Amino acid sequence: MMLSIKNLKAEVEGKEILKGLNLEVGAGEVHAIMGPNGSGKSTLAHVLAGREGYEVTSGEATMDGQDLIGLEPEERAALGVFLAFQYPVELPGVNNTHFLKEALNAQRKARGEPELDSVAFLKLIREKLALVSMKPELLKRPVNAGFSGGEKKRNEILQMALLEPRLAILDETDSGLDIDALKTVSDGVNALRSPERSIILVTHYQRLLDYIQPDFVHVLAGGRIVRSGDKTLAKELEEKGYGWLTGQDEAA
Amino acid sequence: MSSSNKQMDALVAKGYEHGFVTDIETDVIPPGLNEDVIRFISARKNEPEWVLEYRLKAYRHWLTMTPPHWSSVHYPAIDFQAISYFAAPTKKPQLDSLDQVDPELLRTYEKLGIPLEEQKALSGVAVDAVFDSVSVATTFRQNLADAGVIFCSISEAAQEHPDLLREYLGSVVPHTDNFYAALNAAVFTDGTFVYIPKGVRCPMELSTYFRINAQNTGQFERTLIVAEEGSHVSYLEGCTAPQRDENQLHAAVVELIAMQDAQIKYSTVQNWYPGDEQGRGGIYNFVTKRGDCRGARSKISWTQVETGSAITWKYPSCLLRGDDSVGEFYSVAVTKGRQQADTGTKMIHIGRNTTSTVVSKGISAGGGQQAYRGLVRMSQRAENARNHTQCDSLLIGDRCAAHTFPYIEVKNPTAKVEHEATTSKIGEDQLFYCRSRGLSEENAVSLIVNGFCKEIFNELPMEFAVEAQKLLAISLEGAVG
Ligand SMILES: Nc1ncnc2c1ncn2[C@@H]1O[C@H](COP(=O)(O)OP(=O)(O)O)[C@@H](O)[C@H]1O
Ligand SMILES: [Mg+2]
Repeated sequence: MMLSIKNLKAEVEGKEILKGLNLEVGAGEVHAIMGPNGSGKSTLAHVLAGREGYEVTSGEATMDGQDLIGLEPEERAALGVFLAFQYPVELPGVNNTHFLKEALNAQRKARGEPELDSVAFLKLIREKLALVSMKPELLKRPVNAGFSGGEKKRNEILQMALLEPRLAILDETDSGLDIDALKTVSDGVNALRSPERSIILVTHYQRLLDYIQPDFVHVLAGGRIVRSGDKTLAKELEEKGYGWLTGQDEAA
Repeated sequence: MSSSNKQMDALVAKGYEHGFVTDIETDVIPPGLNEDVIRFISARKNEPEWVLEYRLKAYRHWLTMTPPHWSSVHYPAIDFQAISYFAAPTKKPQLDSLDQVDPELLRTYEKLGIPLEEQKALSGVAVDAVFDSVSVATTFRQNLADAGVIFCSISEAAQEHPDLLREYLGSVVPHTDNFYAALNAAVFTDGTFVYIPKGVRCPMELSTYFRINAQNTGQFERTLIVAEEGSHVSYLEGCTAPQRDENQLHAAVVELIAMQDAQIKYSTVQNWYPGDEQGRGGIYNFVTKRGDCRGARSKISWTQVETGSAITWKYPSCLLRGDDSVGEFYSVAVTKGRQQADTGTKMIHIGRNTTSTVVSKGISAGGGQQAYRGLVRMSQRAENARNHTQCDSLLIGDRCAAHTFPYIEVKNPTAKVEHEATTSKIGEDQLFYCRSRGLSEENAVSLIVNGFCKEIFNELPMEFAVEAQKLLAISLEGAVG
């Protein structure tokens, strides 16, 4: 298994959010994780990426058999974990191209690969830019600063295309996108599907799944995966909401 | 420099006519300050009578003054009688190779990317003939002489260009200006004199020379730069390499004079020893820097990157006297550990259509304390004068502090003053974002900090900008977490 999560419990500020979560993701698979607001989707994403303050109290998460929980965020990144943020962070004054180059080379260095020089990097980034149809001007601007919502999301997918992770977690990359942006972002993600790359799509809406066909769909509620199925589950959720799975009325 | 020292020693050896009792062959005089000490310093430097008179006048005025107190800076009272005011330039102990140098220092040089030969020069290792500072200085001087530029020590200027020195010394920062300026005028040991004749663009940055010879400039340094009509000069002071000094108190005076259409760009990188974790032994840096835009359309621009010293007190200022003259101040100041800084600028608008720009970036980490104090004065005559001040503070951690004190005086209704100030923190979310992309926490901090300071680094000469960035990264190592 590429990613294996067993009975994972995690808390934030002393409050247990993940309450024994199990998930197995094979190489090359695309898994969608859906669920009502506040069910713990972003918490799972942050726990996997290693954010401080998200404390794992029991259970395990491994990638190709290697423990992830004990690693620093940058070590996980070098192993191939990538999180596309629900709310990408602005870095005023930090040039986007410079940031991308530093990030890529930091990962390459950690993996013992040679760093790319500016010429090689610029060639690479131009190719990747086309993949997400992002305006080249955005490369000259500070990271995410003053970007529109759609530009920020594209920038996340650009980073994913550049860093070529083995496990990409996309946290509500679809939210806040108009239909054209949703299409280009989805095209970008689809282009990055490969037998070596696993993708977890966290989403609130089934709309995204019209564009990116998942192999599996899971429902996260109350800190656990309460139902798993194929893409027909997503359709079912669209019709019935989450209430029939959580035993409550649709909360969000 | 060494040849002129010999010359000077020879002159001094001729004898001293004022009946002063201390052995003038001595290299260090006992601690204490009185008129005899000043006479001794002047005699050792074989100064013209007027310089001695100038020193004595300053000293007598200093006696009437009391040390300044600043609300934001705290340190024990300085005993001015416990300081020795003269030490002949001593040769650093010569080492045979870099193996004998403190490895910690070498690691820092390495990180700064300082070339090997320069590392040797900085740490007192005997250097190859090609790099010998005297020979470099000689070629350097030849190029400058061809352009008619004078670039020498203040002591040499007193011998060789006494009329110029007499005309301008103390004309921007009078000896009565403040306590430390008065002290400096009384006891200044040496410093630099630059004179750019009319219409001349100085053919090089006045920096390389200075970097090599940055040592032993003394604790009461004096710099005077005069740019005649239509001339240009860029001067670089300091050194990114960490500098230690046995003298805790440094009280320098820098005077700049720009005539009509002249431009002076003065850049500083200051990395004095900040003291140990408790702040013990760090340098007190009390500097008076002022530029006088005397002529119409003249321009003076101060750029500084300050990372060192236990206590920094300085306000590089511009007197905008000529119509349409321009003053600029770009500053990055870092305080961490127990460092304290009270810095800023004064822009005094006197002429019409004068403009000034102030961009100040303060970074505080650990227990660092920082205050920006900026004065903008629009005098009655300053028709249509403009000032824009941008003052940003970046906090790393929650034990540090930054304060902003803008002082604005407007006596002309057509003048416009704009002041913007921001305070931000390096956010946990920013660090996590960077780290999730593979950057270490330290790299993330340095990336964010360098982004914060970019406007200032853009003003530095290219080579120095690169070093300044690295310096900042090193200064903030371990500042987070
Ligand atoms: N940083 C945080 N501090 C405190 N509570 C948090 C934090 N992040 C998430 N939570 C709480 O954890 C629960 C799950 O949130 P989240 O994982 O963001 O849900 P989702 O992404 O599924 O909408 C919510 O009750 C939320 O309020
Ligand atoms: Mg969420």
